[in-house]
Amino acid sequence: MAEGLALVSSQPISFFGMVDPKTGIFIDKSHDLFGQSLSGRVLVFPYGKGSTVGSYVLYGLVKNRKAPAAIICHEAEPIVAVGAIIAGIPMVDRPEPFEFRNMQRIAVNADIEEILVY
Amino acid sequence: MLMWLTREEERILGGEKGFAAQKAMEILVALGDIFGADRLIPVGSVQVSGVSYKTIGDEGLKWLESLRGGKAVVEATLNPAGMDLERWEEMGIPKAFADGQLRIIAAFQSMGIQPLCTCTPYLLGNFPRLGEHLAWSESSAVCFANSVLGARTNREGGPSAVASALIGKTPRFGYHLPENRRPTLRIDVPIILKDSFDFSLLGYVIGLEAKNRVPFIGRMGRYGYIIARDELKALSASLAASGSVALFHMEGITPEASMAKRSLRLRMQEIERLRIERQDLERARENLSTASEDEVDLVAFGCPHASLEELRLIAGLLHGKRLKRRVKLWIFTSLGIRRIAERCGYIHAIEAAGGRIYADTCMVVSPLGEIGFEAIAVNSAKAAVYLSALNKPKVILASTEQCIRMAMNS
Repeated sequence: MAEGLALVSSQPISFFGMVDPKTGIFIDKSHDLFGQSLSGRVLVFPYGKGSTVGSYVLYGLVKNRKAPAAIICHEAEPIVAVGAIIAGIPMVDRPEPFEFRNMQRIAVNADIEEILVY
Repeated sequence: MLMWLTREEERILGGEKGFAAQKAMEILVALGDIFGADRLIPVGSVQVSGVSYKTIGDEGLKWLESLRGGKAVVEATLNPAGMDLERWEEMGIPKAFADGQLRIIAAFQSMGIQPLCTCTPYLLGNFPRLGEHLAWSESSAVCFANSVLGARTNREGGPSAVASALIGKTPRFGYHLPENRRPTLRIDVPIILKDSFDFSLLGYVIGLEAKNRVPFIGRMGRYGYIIARDELKALSASLAASGSVALFHMEGITPEASMAKRSLRLRMQEIERLRIERQDLERARENLSTASEDEVDLVAFGCPHASLEELRLIAGLLHGKRLKRRVKLWIFTSLGIRRIAERCGYIHAIEAAGGRIYADTCMVVSPLGEIGFEAIAVNSAKAAVYLSALNKPKVILASTEQCIRMAMNS
């Protein structure tokens, strides 16, 4: 069970190039999360895109202790799915339709694909 | 629906064969479930991308090192690394970069993945047969293997290819299934292409339109018109770079083309048809060029890695010539081709003119910007696409002959 405050984006994320693996901060100016840190948050976004190296960025975030607490993706896609596995970040994809909002407290149990919103 | 696993696969997933195999199986199962695969199928070979320290960095390095103890169970080779593994100092690669790169190679080797670092494994004895299932990740090699050889592979990512190497299998979906290999776009090319450079531009233009569709390219030229392997290599590379084409059919050339044509006839109405003209190629060349000729300080060939035949042609063009002092000429190839080219005398001819041939790496994955180049001339649309995605260095795209002219004293 992982828990944290939601960090919600309406845009897909290319972890390779958009997120600094050393700090967990979004460094791509064109992204709606630019300047924010995903560290310790429950990251909610549509789907991953870009290079498969993005999977390693998720792993690096864990090693640098800057990883998100959990990931919720509206669509399943290999870069984030593989990244979550190698990094050991709890992840749930294709949740039931729900309007996630920033700073909501969310708990994620990836084993039974359960999401609790407080 | 979840993928069906054999008892042995279940045991690996449960951790019976160690951490690395377990992680590998988790990756394959997750991908299989996402893409609706029914089961895992054995692969003939694996080709792993995500090798350069420039791209995967310390994050990738740490993950690969965490897999120590895993062992590849099928033939597995690597994509180009960030430097010539032997002559990196001569390239101007910083020591810290080289250390990271050599650790990455060592991690792969400890898993029994062969340090043959090339995007063209099919030029070095890894020549898959028609219908053979593979887990390859280099996009140009995927396109070549699927299209020209008729083998079957998806565009694997770095981690999923490593997983397939350790398990010897891949989830059955996508291009492994015959129904996904049918053409979904028809291309007519009523012009005569003269060399690999033209084919590189053609692939770029088609790829932009095709995105991830499967193009069927109608008969080019007259009956009996021969398209060289290196031209198909160039075409595969740029199709996969401007779009994400993993498979094309070419009438009279590729092994599944006649079957593809029959399936096309049945669906004539629903399939988009495009015509490529000479001016489309010219426009592509201009769009991909951001530098002017007098800014060029590096001419780089070998994307994908140069074949022996390409080295022969370049050696011929350079014969008796001398490079400008401020311009370098670097050619990238695999270690194997380099050795044969040495025996043929091509390396001597190229080096006598001032050029260098580096193995194991290429202009896309080596840290050229850090080395300090400002503007690079390339003969590959794929190289131009990837280099212009970075801000530095600037790029100019031209034919092999034109590139060499830029590097030479007049």
